[in-house]
Amino acid sequence: MSLFNVFDIAGSGMSAQSLRLNTTASNLANADSVSSSVDQVYRTRSPVFSAVLDDAQQGYKQGGVQVRGIVESQAPVRQEYNPSHPLANPDGYVFHSNVDPIAEMANMMSASRSYQNNVEIANTSKQLLLRTLQLGQ
Amino acid sequence: MSINFDTALGIHADALRVRSQRAELLASNMANADTPNYKARDIDFQSAMKMAASGQSSGMETTHSNHIKVSNNQMSSPAMQYRATVQDSLDGNTVDEQIEQAQFMQNSVQYQASLNFLGAKFSGLLSAIRGE
Repeated sequence: MSLFNVFDIAGSGMSAQSLRLNTTASNLANADSVSSSVDQVYRTRSPVFSAVLDDAQQGYKQGGVQVRGIVESQAPVRQEYNPSHPLANPDGYVFHSNVDPIAEMANMMSASRSYQNNVEIANTSKQLLLRTLQLGQ
Repeated sequence: MSINFDTALGIHADALRVRSQRAELLASNMANADTPNYKARDIDFQSAMKMAASGQSSGMETTHSNHIKVSNNQMSSPAMQYRATVQDSLDGNTVDEQIEQAQFMQNSVQYQASLNFLGAKFSGLLSAIRGE
């Protein structure tokens, strides 16, 4: 019964979107993090999604989504001249994270909407399966 | 005349199977709504039903001894097609969540319609068996 697979697919979507929400939360929490070196400063993290596709040998089958990994943004970090800062390096510079809070908020809204969509799909499939169980009664 | 479930249920059992496969496909589209380069797919219900009615499968036929047999688990796997896009996105993803959501809702209502037809067939069979 392929309707049962819908739960796996919607579940994979939900877990992928919740991971995206997690990284967004981490990014927003570290939006104002500073560091004394470019290497140690917090960089925006984002998950990489890819579709799970079954090979053609298995016939007709559908897959969900998987998270391939989490990548750090290579966008340049902002450096600020602030010699009185406790984390300033010997030259008097501190380095700010490259998190863009506006982009992160948009990301968060997109993730939560996608999560809701997947919950809706799972709910509808549950109702359909329950109706199927009542078939012939 | 003997009661045969295959003929008694008619097209509705096939319809229900195609509907559930389509639900799976649409759920897969929704799950990949944010996957770069994912192309939304859908089942052409009419051709899938034609395939189911004629009992043929879209799997490849082996007409030569050197052909590699492609196993096909489903009795008839409906032809999948890529959805034409309304608005292209930069990341190559063609999933339009509104369209998918609407199609999923439509498909679930049609699934329930098929269920109702099947339920009516079963109650008809029951009353025939009981002789009421």
